[in-house]
Amino acid sequence: MMRENKAMRLLQYIILTIIALLFLLPLVWMLFSSVDPHAIQAIQLPKQPTLKNFSAILTDPTLMKSFGIGLLVSGFQSVFVVIVSVLAAYPLSRYPLPWKKPFLLSILFLTSLPMTAVIVPVYQMFLYMKLQNSLIATTIFMISTSLPYGIWMMKNFMDSVPGELEEAAWIDGASVWGGVRKVVMPLMLPGIFTIGIFTFTGSWGNFFVPFILITSPEKLPASVTIFQFFGNNGLVDYGQLAAFSVLYTLPVVVLYTFAQRYMSKGFSFGGATK
Amino acid sequence: MDATNPVPPSKHPKAKVNAQDRTKRRMSVWLMMPSFILLLIFFITPMALTVLFSFTNLSLTGASASALHFIGFQNFVTMFKDPQLARSIWNTIIFVVLSAVIGQCFFGFLIAFMMRGKNTAFRRIVGLIIIAAWVTPEVVVGFCWVSFLGDNGTLNMIAHTLLGAKPVAWLYTFPMTAVVIANIWRGTAFSMMVFQTALDDIPQEVEEAAYMDGATRWQVVTHITIPMVRGTIATNMMLVTLQTLGVFTLIYTMTGGGPGNSTSTLPVFMYKQAFVSYQLGYGTAISLVLLAIGAIASILYMRILKVKL
Repeated sequence: MMRENKAMRLLQYIILTIIALLFLLPLVWMLFSSVDPHAIQAIQLPKQPTLKNFSAILTDPTLMKSFGIGLLVSGFQSVFVVIVSVLAAYPLSRYPLPWKKPFLLSILFLTSLPMTAVIVPVYQMFLYMKLQNSLIATTIFMISTSLPYGIWMMKNFMDSVPGELEEAAWIDGASVWGGVRKVVMPLMLPGIFTIGIFTFTGSWGNFFVPFILITSPEKLPASVTIFQFFGNNGLVDYGQLAAFSVLYTLPVVVLYTFAQRYMSKGFSFGGATK
Repeated sequence: MDATNPVPPSKHPKAKVNAQDRTKRRMSVWLMMPSFILLLIFFITPMALTVLFSFTNLSLTGASASALHFIGFQNFVTMFKDPQLARSIWNTIIFVVLSAVIGQCFFGFLIAFMMRGKNTAFRRIVGLIIIAAWVTPEVVVGFCWVSFLGDNGTLNMIAHTLLGAKPVAWLYTFPMTAVVIANIWRGTAFSMMVFQTALDDIPQEVEEAAYMDGATRWQVVTHITIPMVRGTIATNMMLVTLQTLGVFTLIYTMTGGGPGNSTSTLPVFMYKQAFVSYQLGYGTAISLVLLAIGAIASILYMRILKVKL
């Protein structure tokens, strides 16, 4: 790298800048249009930037309700995924169990299946059990679909906490639960946050599952209500659509920025497979 | 103690270990119970039902809605005679290969590679922009691209101002290209981050040594850098393939699978059959194809990872 000549280096800077601009362009439309009351489909500099679009969204009770529903569904989903996978990951990480290997292999196998493929039977199950249109049942289904990934990641994070630390706590008189609470958990916080945030963002952006399983408009989370903005009579209020998109994207961006320092670990496959 | 008989001394600790193991196993079962139950009800059962339903005449409306019965391989016969299926499988292959295997992997690697050794602030800004595209929810990505490629959209505006070109209905004329580009835009960050981690792990001395021996830059890249991250490339390709197989929202928002069937991939085709035409049995038969492709890819993925547990 140190041997690159100046021209080569400059060229790379230029290429990267062009790529970054190309990546930025579609997003800038959203940002510009959100403050432009006369937004159109094409990108344009807002002549008189206002927050009118935002206030229109923020004062609409139905839209605000869909945000609330989205927050509740995604919040519950991430909390429960974390709890249930911590419970399952502890024995998988610490105890020698005879069926551990096949279980973990199945978990890994399940993580990569396209969940789109099971929605028809799930829909049928929901119809049969009269759970259709139930937000609670939908959330439980969404918890289950994130579990394989959650358990797999949680087990790997737990493996990285040395067992000796826990044993030391036991010698000092701590119970198994005490060891987990006082030694394992604090060291696993980055992992727990990573999994929680990953689950939350995945759930927050999940359009397909509520789109299929929730039928009444007043129960739809933000990921689906945004869609209704679009198709009405072919007339689209681009400014409000963009403002909604910005508001809807915001929580994910905030969480992601918060999680970023832990996340790079999750992207190393070397650590994830051991 | 009799030295010729070592069994009695070892018997006692062993029995103790077994008792301990039993407690651990019992506790494990309790701890894993919630996961077991949830996975069984909402994951394993639907998968089993996918197989089962695909052999039935299950539908939402009509006579068969009340009288569910097995119709053997009829759904599959219909499916393989259906020209839309062949089209959807082909579309899925095109979409996955172009947008994930080639697009995201290639751009992800290129960006990660070029970012090495660059100014930290520059790296951070470029990385942030690319990751912003990745964290943006799929529906919003769809909207951004519709507005970019729409009849009165940004691309036509730029083409008009710069070249005086007439507007093109990009989403109708080049629908597959449009969804492929949108998916590359959305997914590249993942591959980029994966490759950045892998490239950071390459010790600099290895490449330095090659330069010392007079290797050209191209030789170093093809003979040292790429072979050293070969495992990561394979893993990443598999992962993005699996992620892209199930993509529904992006395509649905941008083109709805159309015009005609030109962007109808397996998930979109499944959705249309099951929830627009109400042919749930037929829909599950299509899901089964999707599930099977996913399962094969998943097994290949585990082979590549050579999972050690």
